[in-house]
Amino acid sequence: MSNFLLEMKNISKSFPGVKALQGVNFQLLPGEIHALLGENGAGKSTLIKVLGGIYIAEEGEIYIDGKQVAINSVNAARENGISIIHQELVQVPHMTVAENIFLGREYMGKFGVDTRRMIAESQKMLDRFDLGIDAASEIYDLSIAQQQMVEIVKAISFNCRILVMDEPTSSISDREVEQLFEIMRNLAKQGVGIIYISHKMSELNEVCDRVTVLRDGTYVGTRVVADTPREDLIAMMVGRELDQYYTRDHVKNTPVFFKAEHIDDGKKHHKRVNDVTFEVRQGEIVGFAGLVGAGRSETMQCIFGLTRGSKGTVTLDGKKLNIRNAVDAMKYGISLVPENRKVEGLYHVQSVAFNSTIEVLHEFIRNLMVNSKREHEITQEFIDKMNTKTPSHEQAVTNLSGGNQQKVMIGRWLATNPKILILDEPTRGVDVGAKAEIYEIMNELTKQGVSIIMISSELPEIINMADRVYVMCDGRITGCIDYEDVSQEAIMHLATLESADSARDNTAH
Amino acid sequence: MTKVKRYFKDNLGIIAALAVMILFLYIFPRTHSTFLTKTNIFNVLRQSSTNLMLACGMTMVIILGGIDLSVGSIIAMSGVLGAAAVVWHGMPEIVGILIAVLSGVIFGLLNGLVIAKTQIPPFIVTLASMNIAKGIAYVYSGGKPIRCMTDAWKFLGAGNVAGVPTPVITMTVVFIVAVLFLNRTRIGRHIYAVGGNDTAAKFSGIDTAKVKFVVFSFSGLMAGLAGITIASRLYSGTCTSGDGAEMDAIAAVVVGGTSMSGGSGKLGGTLIGVLIIGILNNGLNLMGVNSDWQYIIKGAVILLAVYTDFLRNRKKGA
Repeated sequence: MSNFLLEMKNISKSFPGVKALQGVNFQLLPGEIHALLGENGAGKSTLIKVLGGIYIAEEGEIYIDGKQVAINSVNAARENGISIIHQELVQVPHMTVAENIFLGREYMGKFGVDTRRMIAESQKMLDRFDLGIDAASEIYDLSIAQQQMVEIVKAISFNCRILVMDEPTSSISDREVEQLFEIMRNLAKQGVGIIYISHKMSELNEVCDRVTVLRDGTYVGTRVVADTPREDLIAMMVGRELDQYYTRDHVKNTPVFFKAEHIDDGKKHHKRVNDVTFEVRQGEIVGFAGLVGAGRSETMQCIFGLTRGSKGTVTLDGKKLNIRNAVDAMKYGISLVPENRKVEGLYHVQSVAFNSTIEVLHEFIRNLMVNSKREHEITQEFIDKMNTKTPSHEQAVTNLSGGNQQKVMIGRWLATNPKILILDEPTRGVDVGAKAEIYEIMNELTKQGVSIIMISSELPEIINMADRVYVMCDGRITGCIDYEDVSQEAIMHLATLESADSARDNTAH
Repeated sequence: MTKVKRYFKDNLGIIAALAVMILFLYIFPRTHSTFLTKTNIFNVLRQSSTNLMLACGMTMVIILGGIDLSVGSIIAMSGVLGAAAVVWHGMPEIVGILIAVLSGVIFGLLNGLVIAKTQIPPFIVTLASMNIAKGIAYVYSGGKPIRCMTDAWKFLGAGNVAGVPTPVITMTVVFIVAVLFLNRTRIGRHIYAVGGNDTAAKFSGIDTAKVKFVVFSFSGLMAGLAGITIASRLYSGTCTSGDGAEMDAIAAVVVGGTSMSGGSGKLGGTLIGVLIIGILNNGLNLMGVNSDWQYIIKGAVILLAVYTDFLRNRKKGA
């Protein structure tokens, strides 16, 4: 029985000191959307890189249409109809959509590159999916989601039959995700086999037919998505039953501790924060929901003193604060763990110790003396507190998994002893096991009197963790919902309110 | 003890390269008798001293993720201004020296100010100031060397203290100060942070503008100091001195293992890088290699040293 489009058998690959893959099997049917699931470090990307010809496996065979093939280079993969859309998009920002699609195989006319023909051809392909993207526009001007669509179109233009998508939805809004899924279903209907990597369990049911789970470089099993409860999949990934995914002891009507009033980014054009007022009560987790670009992160950056020219008043414990920059904010006990740890958070080449202590250097560097002992005490304290897994303090932080990187980040800002902890997308790109741990730590922190502001685009996270949810749309707060009344529909309703005037009537409080 | 061990381990590649060079020059018949004499060793150190000064500043600039192309021209400018102050305006030598150093600092400050306050890349900013400094040197001196032969003037570059050349003492002091500054102050750590991830540094509440300002000013100070040292050694302020000095400094830093992409690097490596380039120059001279060929050999050695280090790190990284 070999009607498989792709079959990978017994794939093994090791790196110095690590067995990244051990006898992994994977089978893909034509016209199937097949999820590849596993925690960070489970071997998903290694398997994909073997398929894409970036790594060569030491053992194992790959069959396409039942015939054994040797994929020993990126070109060999392409010739076999395999296309991979990487998580980090690899496009040339200042070239047009058409030029990107035809990069490296441009049409030549009499007078050099035939730009007109490339644009026409690209436009035809884009229109086939009804994308509303102009082939002559520059990549630079497109949204992340649109760039992703262009990548897909590019892949298809190579006549690809096996399409791999590595976390394509990690940075695009819900509406765009829907459009992406539509395209995926469309492609599957035409017989393309799609391998789909994502951390978002909720997406599996929506778009995937089957799922293969990897753990620690080994094959755990393949299931039909519709017949498999989510808990089973999580157990397969983690290797144990997670007794509780979300940990939250809700609080209600504790005294108001923190107030932000009339926060405004002071910008005339492209205003992202417009007269935002909210409060945080003692020991609360306050959620901030909204679509991407609603101004949630920008609001927090204004409060944290990162936006020059921003206005508004901030009150902590009854005292009005004068925050001119991030140092002031931290002095008052406000910490902000930014959204995008790669860009805004990590010092990649530096060690875990460096990354853990950069906010609290004054505790161990004084008068030309470095107290290394103290530095390592602090580092260890937050490794323990966050349950971070790292081989040593000296390990470069870039070598840790996403979950552990996030823990280092949160630990770094906890070291400043915050009273208000602002977490911007605290579990993005973090695997389920570490997610559950982060939730538990958040709950624990609030019991110790820390109040948490959590921005999140993952509705289940907001719904289960927050005591109150503020929803933002277009730079304004459009409503606030208590945890008893919160639902996906209620949030989405407020998140898509167009006019702020009608919003006032909808405010639940 | 462990620190010393670690230092050797971290810099194994270039220490080995240095050892091979020294050994080679020691057993090579034409250089055997001269190379390891006290005179020649002091010679190497004296010639390397200004490069080490520049390289100390350059290491910080490169860790910060920048580059400073202006230091070579600042050498010419500060030398000319210092000599002119003494010879043409009859000021005491010490004032001339201070003027020279100060002119370097001022250029560094200006570099730092523009780089900190605007988005213009350091490459462009220092390319511009490189030309401006050079221009000032030519305009002020009229293109001719300004000769200054007094003992007080010669002391800094050509003098001795207890048998040790003054520039060797200067470079030792400068190096120690730089090491303390980079490794034992908060702003030293902040240099690594800004170079490693500028945006993250802002979110960490680090005043990135201040860090850039301080680092480029320090580099300017080093260039001013190197400028007056050279002018003193040559007994004159000359507008062609320091030509290409920025490239020697960059080469030493890179050979020393500092990454051009910023965020990592050590002054200890830079020290060895400076010695490698110094000994290479000296050795090739002793061997009687034609100076035209020296460029080619120097280029090849730089590439080889960086490449071996790259290979070693890649192995470690995987």
